[in-house]
Amino acid sequence: MFSRYARRKYTDVVVRAACVAAAVLALVPLVSVLYYVTSRGIGGISLAFFSELPKPVGESGGGMANAIVGSCKLVFLACLFGVPPGVLAGVYLAEFGHSRFGKWVRFSADVMSGLPSITVGIFVYSLVVLQTKHFSAFAGGVALGVLMLPTVTRTTEELLRLVPESLREAALGLGIPKWRATLRVMLRTAAPGIATGVMLAVARVAGESAPLLFTAFSNPFWSSGVNEPTASLPVNIYNYAVSPYEEWHRQAWAAALVLLVLVLLLNVSARLLVRSRVGTR
Amino acid sequence: MTIGSPSRLARPTSRKGSTSDDSRSRWDEVSVSTLVPKMRTEELRAYFGQAEVLKGISLPIAEKQVTAVIGPSGCGKSTFVRCLNRMHEVVPGARAVGRVLLDKQDIYQGDVDAVRVRRRVGMVFQKPNPFPTMSIRDNVLAGLRLNGERPDDPDAVVEKMLQRVALWDEVKDILGRAGTGLSGGQQQRLCIARSLALEPEVLLMDEPCSALDPIATARVEELIHDLRKTYTIVIVTHNMQQAARVANFTAFFYLGKLIEHDRTDVIFTRPKEQRTEDYITGRFG
Amino acid sequence: MSVSHEVSPLIRPRSKILTRFGREVNWGDFVFRRATALLATLMLVALAAMAAAMVYGSAESLSKFGLGFVTSQVWDPVRDVYGALPFIYGTLASSLLALCFAVPISIGVAIFLSELAPAWLRGPVGFLVELLAAVPSVVYGLWGIFVLAPWLRTSVEPFLARTLGFLPFFQGQQRGFGLLAGGIILAIMITPTISSVSREVLRAVPSALREGALGLGATSWEAVRVAVLPYARSGLVGATILGLGRALGETMAITMVIGNRSEISASLFAPSYTMASVIANEFSEATGSLYLSALAEVGLLLFVVTVLLNILARLLVWRVGRLPEGGRL
Repeated sequence: MFSRYARRKYTDVVVRAACVAAAVLALVPLVSVLYYVTSRGIGGISLAFFSELPKPVGESGGGMANAIVGSCKLVFLACLFGVPPGVLAGVYLAEFGHSRFGKWVRFSADVMSGLPSITVGIFVYSLVVLQTKHFSAFAGGVALGVLMLPTVTRTTEELLRLVPESLREAALGLGIPKWRATLRVMLRTAAPGIATGVMLAVARVAGESAPLLFTAFSNPFWSSGVNEPTASLPVNIYNYAVSPYEEWHRQAWAAALVLLVLVLLLNVSARLLVRSRVGTR
Repeated sequence: MTIGSPSRLARPTSRKGSTSDDSRSRWDEVSVSTLVPKMRTEELRAYFGQAEVLKGISLPIAEKQVTAVIGPSGCGKSTFVRCLNRMHEVVPGARAVGRVLLDKQDIYQGDVDAVRVRRRVGMVFQKPNPFPTMSIRDNVLAGLRLNGERPDDPDAVVEKMLQRVALWDEVKDILGRAGTGLSGGQQQRLCIARSLALEPEVLLMDEPCSALDPIATARVEELIHDLRKTYTIVIVTHNMQQAARVANFTAFFYLGKLIEHDRTDVIFTRPKEQRTEDYITGRFG
Repeated sequence: MSVSHEVSPLIRPRSKILTRFGREVNWGDFVFRRATALLATLMLVALAAMAAAMVYGSAESLSKFGLGFVTSQVWDPVRDVYGALPFIYGTLASSLLALCFAVPISIGVAIFLSELAPAWLRGPVGFLVELLAAVPSVVYGLWGIFVLAPWLRTSVEPFLARTLGFLPFFQGQQRGFGLLAGGIILAIMITPTISSVSREVLRAVPSALREGALGLGATSWEAVRVAVLPYARSGLVGATILGLGRALGETMAITMVIGNRSEISASLFAPSYTMASVIANEFSEATGSLYLSALAEVGLLLFVVTVLLNILARLLVWRVGRLPEGGRL
């Protein structure tokens, strides 16, 4: 007969074991995804993959060069649309945002960061695609930029608040106007952290495909400039994966490997940067 | 380094006889007989929100002299000094009322640009705060650069300023290193060099040595003694011995009021007010 | 050594515009404040514009179908008749299923990381759990199509049919693709969200509470159960709701494994269709304004529900930081 104490001890052990099991169980899919993407993707990686356009359906070979370039283009545009406004909005919130207006802005940013990315796609569709009457990389960039905007804003605000006020005082004491003190001293000090936040936002946005489905759409050929629809890695993965062609499946795995490596690199570097900065302070 | 004889302290033309004979120099004799003060406040009141922290301070600051502001914690000495270069209002909810004259011009008058005031009245803070993203060299030049000025010979400016604060020999080979890589005392001297690069007329120092070890403190005090020849200095200190070592004039504040202002030797040996004497002798602190 | 530069006048003449419109003394501060305020307004404007665009786009469908839109099962582009019930069902069913899997696991992970794990293990394991969130949705979908679904079809679903087949949930043809696959993949994707918010919530609990219980002789688990969890309860519920919001809005991965057939069935093996999936699949090919408008209305529903859940979740999580010391024991 278990004594009361032994039973409590037993429960404690069981629950601990359950929590450990939960942690292991949570990581099993991660390991599985990494394993399969690597093993099935590596076979599709070749020079052709990075340099050739997709071949027509049924033919073997070809690559995703246009999708890789397309993704780069889209991420670049996203940063262009999302980072400068985001940083400056974050500066506003940190410097002047103690009012009700500031609260509403923060609220909008929080709500926006939780929105399904496909609704952002619909929004940009009605805003850009319907007006220009065609899909374009520009529209895709806007959609991804809108996705980045709230994250960059909140990161900037939080990091600016972490910069010690003594630096601002030092700058003001030197007879530097307030706005210069904020930009050239406070923001500059917070810049590494903000860059890290932007890296993480880029990592998220690089893998998004839902908002691109009806903004940047897709393109079997090279897209020139920003006014044409463009292929991108995530959309290609989707299209190829749901297709019935074996060859395209192979390429989908390869594209997934490239995307995963990129995203993981960005995430890991961002963490390491944070750790190294904190270590030297 | 000590206050020594009164004649060393007094400005050449001003003293009426030797004060060792004069057992009670009136403070307005002091202010009248020195040169026109570099700065003076008239009924200066400072508030944090509704709380009145400075209650009508009228105090002259003698030119090219060191004036120490002493008093127990919370007496308003830091606030006072921050009003002298309009740093007080940087804190949200803080405001100041009254006149503060810099060379006869009221810096609190309507259209005065606080930024310009701070070019002429520099400040050194309690905790050394060199800019962490800049090298030693860039720190010295920061005040000029961030104001859009490009000195013709930046290296000369850097060397001159660092020489003036007696830091040149220690850092001349590591000018490219980050400003935060120095010891506390060196950082504080770097901050002083940074302020001096703007060629201010007045230098305000808010407890500049309280975060430093005794050796660094001694070096900064030596520096103050040197700088006195060129700049008007106001130093806030909670360390009475430091005031006695370094300052020509001392003002004693208590609960937001100016209790007494006189030559340092007078304050420490023959204070006129009872509260001053109580503070000096350590009855409260 | 005398002052070497010309003493500038302290007064800078203030232009009329500056005096009229603001308190700043120089142009730089004036422009700076207003320019940054403008960009901050952009956030508000973007959100409002998004809401407006969705309402405007769904106007036609809203007026044509009214409330029947959410109760009708018929989605027929050919006859131009639209009802969203199958998608609402699919979305809710897959998300709730995902919560059933994800909540115990996430809270277990959160407790593990905040209470039980040795210090050296916390960093790596926490990082790995967050990596789950870094994997793009399409990559999960790809894995789902070629790894998860076949495994379900060949191993899991037959097993469930054999053992629990008397329940309507485990009957019907076993394809691998379907609600079960959708629920599992959503669960994987929302675990990092729920667990990281839960970790924060658990961390916000004052350690005095836990230590008090331990000091009375409680075991670790008892201390957690009795002192920490009640205090953190609303925050954990908030974390769950955040996870739910995320699950509702998830598009690509679920589209790739859920089968995309608009039928309502109790079985977990049956294919289904979610709101996000129908938009993803049909939006770019929709012809006719009513079709587009119906899809836009589906998007509007999704938008409204997600926003409401988000607000609710934040209120709950925010409250944990605000509770007075001494939650109920």
